[in-house]
Amino acid sequence: MMSQPPLSPSVNQDVATPRKLFLQGHPGLNGRRKAKNNIYHGVLLAGTLFAVVMLGLLLFQVIRSSIGWLDWQFLTSLPSRFPKKAGILSAMAGSLWTIGLTALIALPIGIATALYLEEYSDARKWFNRIIQLNISNLAGVPSIVYGMLGLAVFVRLAGFGRSILSGALTLALLILPVIIVTAQEALKSVPLSLKEASYALGVSKWQTITGVVLPYSMPGILTGAILAISRAMGEAAPLIIVGAAGYIAFLPTSPLDAFTVLPIQIFNWTSRPQEEFQHVASAGIIVLIALLLTTNTIAILLRNKYQNRMD
Amino acid sequence: MTGEIITFKKRSSKQTQLQEFIVRMILLFCASISIITTIAVVATLFGESASFFQEVPLREFLFGTRWSPTLVPRHFGILPLLTGTLMIALASSFISIPFGLGSAIYLSEYAPKKVRRVLKPILEILAGIPSIVFGFFALTFITPLLQALIPSTQIFNALSAGIAVGIMTIPLVASVSEDAMSAVPDSMRKGAFALGATRMEVTTGIVLPAAVSGIGASFILAISRAIGETMIVAIAAGQSPVLTLNPLESIQTMTGFMVNLSLGDIQHGTIEYKTVFAVGSMLFLMTFVMNLLARLTIHRYKEARK
Repeated sequence: MMSQPPLSPSVNQDVATPRKLFLQGHPGLNGRRKAKNNIYHGVLLAGTLFAVVMLGLLLFQVIRSSIGWLDWQFLTSLPSRFPKKAGILSAMAGSLWTIGLTALIALPIGIATALYLEEYSDARKWFNRIIQLNISNLAGVPSIVYGMLGLAVFVRLAGFGRSILSGALTLALLILPVIIVTAQEALKSVPLSLKEASYALGVSKWQTITGVVLPYSMPGILTGAILAISRAMGEAAPLIIVGAAGYIAFLPTSPLDAFTVLPIQIFNWTSRPQEEFQHVASAGIIVLIALLLTTNTIAILLRNKYQNRMD
Repeated sequence: MTGEIITFKKRSSKQTQLQEFIVRMILLFCASISIITTIAVVATLFGESASFFQEVPLREFLFGTRWSPTLVPRHFGILPLLTGTLMIALASSFISIPFGLGSAIYLSEYAPKKVRRVLKPILEILAGIPSIVFGFFALTFITPLLQALIPSTQIFNALSAGIAVGIMTIPLVASVSEDAMSAVPDSMRKGAFALGATRMEVTTGIVLPAAVSGIGASFILAISRAIGETMIVAIAAGQSPVLTLNPLESIQTMTGFMVNLSLGDIQHGTIEYKTVFAVGSMLFLMTFVMNLLARLTIHRYKEARK
């Protein structure tokens, strides 16, 4: 505490100076108000901790249920009717194919859109304002609706069938708004002085973008992109609509193959009546969460690497 | 923004100008993909729905109380799916609104920096957990808990799924509300503190009223998310499209119906296929209106603070 030496030894500690009254609150009205504040504080803290407790319970439940079921055999086997023999290999392969393709499609388009909106377009023009409003609105469209778009356009109209390619295109549209918005934030953070310095050297706008703007904003763009990709990795609903199967007993070899992904495989196991399959499902959830953690770690490492280069 | 520094263009070579033009066109094309997406969503949804309504009268769809599109005699009354969906939305908002808003107030007004640095990432982790995992949690943890408390609870029920959806949307309410509260100018807080108000009085008397539109928007976004949530309800809420208001019974939501039907092999052009699109259009309309409302509200308070 800020204990100052008493000015004179005769000052009684119990004398209620106005300052003391204010700080400690005297037993009357102020005391009640302070007590109320403390209760309020406690309630808010408890409310915040509710989410923490729920996260803990959720992880505990999944881990407890998966004990004894998550082993090498599970990771390297194809799905099976028998819970003991069931494995997650084809779902993992399907997820990696789908997500890889999704990233290849969504990243260039997303970054290009953000570049257009931040560097090229005039934000006051109605067309560009509509694009911006439209993007924030697309972010709120339920993912299952993207599945219906994928079914009508990619599966049927374009004739890609119920394939990895259809799934990846659908997921790419789903995560585009997230990539665009985070990339825009990253581009906004580039100091104008850096760009002006580049122009002063006589280079073109595009050279400034590739030489100055993109390298500077890359950490932010990458972070947003990886967050978006992890979201795609956990999506099941749109892919069910597009027609990913629940049971795939082979590994995909081309983008036009039929496929399943981790969340759909987990859904398939969860909805079976046998008790054992709940354990198989929880082992699958651990694999999914581990994969999400890995991608997020890669995001952080990449970000750090780029950040160091800029400093 | 960049208008004043592009004068160099006049002197740059023809080749550079051409390159700039091509780049600009490619970027513009990418930017218009989002517009094309919206148009395609609306066109496919309403196109298929239009042929659905040639076979089923709109009145039966909106006001019918029986839903059995796959079994003869077929009934196409969406009310059972609608009440199921709204029950999930209501149950989830009983969790997400108080706990989300409480977290937002705590993080924005009370939490010391150190605590904030721990709690914010935890909420972000919660937001990043796939909904399928919440579905598993609802079925294997929340439902048994409810059954222990109220023995008449069915294995699949609206309440369990609703609670899980609520937990999942806490971070959404928390982050949007916190944004709204941190947009309240600090001078307003300081003024109230100087008058001797406690922190609670500052929060309830100054910050919450000033941030009310943003907080309201966060509630709308959470409810809209709950309406569109699919995997949790597909796992834990059941597949019984019955018209009930009992949250302990098995129900079916609009999204649950769409997933359930899509798990089978539905052929293009059949009434089942069209029904999925008709229900999807309803879902899209509801969430679209709510999101637009929320976004406009947020946009307005951001403009006002500028």
